[in-house]
Amino acid sequence: MSSTNTEVGYNSKIEGGVVVTKLDAALNWIRSHSVWPMPMGLACCAIEFMSASCSRFDISRFGMEVTRFSPRQADCMIVAGTVTYKMAEAVRRIYDQMAEPKWVVAMGACASSGGMFRSYSTLQGVDRIIPVDVYISGCPTRPEALFDGLMALQEMIAKEPALRLLKRERPVKPLYFS
Amino acid sequence: MAKEIEISCADNAARSAQAEEELLNCEKMQLTMGPSHPATHGVLRLQLEVDGEIVTKCTPVVGYLHRGDDKLAENMTYNQFVPFTDRLDYLAPICNNVAYALTVEKLAGLEVPARCAALRVLTCELSRISSHLLGLGVYAMDTGALTVFLTTYTERERIYTLFEELTGQRLTNSYTRIGGVTHDVPAGWLDRVEKACDSILKGVDEMEGLLSRNKIFLDRTKDIAVITKEMALQYGLTGVNLRCAGIESDIRKSRPYSGYEQYDFDIPVGSVGDCYDRYLLKTEEIRQSVRIVRQVCKTLPDGPIFAEDAKNICLPPKNRVLSGMEDLIQNFMITTHGPQIPAGEAYFEAENPKGALGFFIHSKGGGKPYRLHVRGPSFVSLSTLPVLIPGCFITDIPAILGSLDFVQGECDR
Amino acid sequence: MLSEKDLELQKHLLEAYPYVTERPGSADHASVDVPADKALEFARALRDVEGFAAIQECCGCDWGVDASPRFSAIWHLYNYDKHLYVRMNVYAPDNAKPEVPSMCPIWAGANWHEREAYDLVGVRFAGHPDLRRIMMWDAYPYHPLRKDFPLAGVEVPFPDADTVAQTGVKVMPAPQNGGPFVSGCGHTLRTSEPFGRDQEWRENNRKG
Repeated sequence: MSSTNTEVGYNSKIEGGVVVTKLDAALNWIRSHSVWPMPMGLACCAIEFMSASCSRFDISRFGMEVTRFSPRQADCMIVAGTVTYKMAEAVRRIYDQMAEPKWVVAMGACASSGGMFRSYSTLQGVDRIIPVDVYISGCPTRPEALFDGLMALQEMIAKEPALRLLKRERPVKPLYFS
Repeated sequence: MAKEIEISCADNAARSAQAEEELLNCEKMQLTMGPSHPATHGVLRLQLEVDGEIVTKCTPVVGYLHRGDDKLAENMTYNQFVPFTDRLDYLAPICNNVAYALTVEKLAGLEVPARCAALRVLTCELSRISSHLLGLGVYAMDTGALTVFLTTYTERERIYTLFEELTGQRLTNSYTRIGGVTHDVPAGWLDRVEKACDSILKGVDEMEGLLSRNKIFLDRTKDIAVITKEMALQYGLTGVNLRCAGIESDIRKSRPYSGYEQYDFDIPVGSVGDCYDRYLLKTEEIRQSVRIVRQVCKTLPDGPIFAEDAKNICLPPKNRVLSGMEDLIQNFMITTHGPQIPAGEAYFEAENPKGALGFFIHSKGGGKPYRLHVRGPSFVSLSTLPVLIPGCFITDIPAILGSLDFVQGECDR
Repeated sequence: MLSEKDLELQKHLLEAYPYVTERPGSADHASVDVPADKALEFARALRDVEGFAAIQECCGCDWGVDASPRFSAIWHLYNYDKHLYVRMNVYAPDNAKPEVPSMCPIWAGANWHEREAYDLVGVRFAGHPDLRRIMMWDAYPYHPLRKDFPLAGVEVPFPDADTVAQTGVKVMPAPQNGGPFVSGCGHTLRTSEPFGRDQEWRENNRKG
């Protein structure tokens, strides 16, 4: 938050708590602290995502507890598990249904690179079909690592040019309305 | 004139009746559930034909998590495949490890030491508890009781902590090797297991208090999706899904492996075969598993955790590898060429939380299996859905899926 | 080792059904080879006379590219009264178009197991009510568990045209680097890892 006029920014006697800041910073501050993740639970990592959202690890401490299973209401897709070629189509469609701005976290080795399943049926990394923002290692990812990744995502969101992102053209054609 | 009107009236009535019937017939709607749906617990897709709220036809589509485990197994040594078995039923990885190791050992005619067998039983039962805790929690969540999930998951985390101490991993433990287990118990671990058992029993009581006589839960599970004896046999159902139909069969009792015959436990059997029965059975199984765990903790024998005599199958202990020439060579040979298993065929089923997990291995000798096939109990459970679901309401489907307790990793492999 | 009960069962089956032969190499259960034309008859007898009420699994096997007969299907059946398994193997007479009788009329549970065997190994089951692919997508042209099919897979069209139009993704052979889990030496991760080679989105090529 930056302000050149301290009178306006900090003297609450004059304006009653006005803060002057850049629009970008304000938008990003809001966005990065209200991420609604959607777990794309595919395999083992989804179980660790459950751990992360339960009492002991408690994902809500980081402002991400509103887990939505509907892509329309979520803005961060957490791909947790092995993506096969058969499933890839569904993953892509669900990504397309999410509203902008949206981010993707590849949770675990399988989603990041195919992991240990180097076989005929496994997509070698979900980044082949959707743009991934954060890769998290682990097989499966520990909840702490997931939080680390999600906090990295928050930092990333905070640095993004927010307005340009708002105007960003959707990189793909919407499947369901064509 | 009057007659004509009468006729046309009758005509009209017939026509409208026909139109109504057509309307009724064409009112069936196609509904796709999944492959990404929170109630399908993974990537299962159900192609439903619904008439209003009633499902008239159900076609499950599986294979969304087919990762080619059978083919991978043919291309790697026996020990290398152990981590892949973790990811079959990823709610209870150690049970899979044990089933796989026992199959290969059977093929090799290898007996593991008593301590190793007891450790396998101990960890297997802990896995069973953790799997049932999650299964029941999710089941309750699907039928509208979120609190239960948080309760059972808290207990599950205790088992995670124990496993992490023992094997170094929370979820995918890879605890067994061919002919043994990887780690011996750390100091004081058994006491902590006992303590965890106390708290798990408390957690189960709490869960029962929340669910067993809960009106909503009863309404949603009683007399839903009844599995009959004939059907269970025809489809080859195993585990809880078989026992809820009133067939008393548990591989731990009928074909005991890994020393299960030494422990005292009961097999709960259902009487109705509906979703509620399956819930009750799982709850009781947790209690029985706790019983087994306590017995193992008391009677854990001393001795090696590896069948050290089998020089061409078992890895030598790590501390000897770095000091002895012979052990170093043995370690090198087994790591690079794999455990040398004789030619032959073996099929072995172990009683897993989801049912009987079977491995069929055909070996032509050497360090790799020629053909390995996994029989996933979830695969079998899901194959009954076209019979179980028609006639139910759409709202029953989460309860049915939750009670069948399947895992896609094991179904699709 | 076969237990006494298993040996007894094996002996009984060989005596009572003269057309079955002993299947060599079994380390645990009674195990028989059945000719394809007698398989249904034998299976019915197993269920009704011998008490093998439940089917446990069915798996297709490829015995090698040059082997003849090349394909077979193996069923494992379980007897809940005696707690015994039996392994029933049926070789497909024709190598080019392998076909064995389906056990669906006898055990309803054979349905999915046989679909899986058909999908992955390519053994057809005569009389199966719904012989479709179950693991791979419907248009997949190969049977992956055949011995001449590489583990990494081969390049085939991606199942969904829309996704291809958006991303240009292909079904490609998985990188093996000399074998499963053998890390390659002599080159960097960027050249040996799949996303190092063909990733559209990278650090210097951000999304959007």
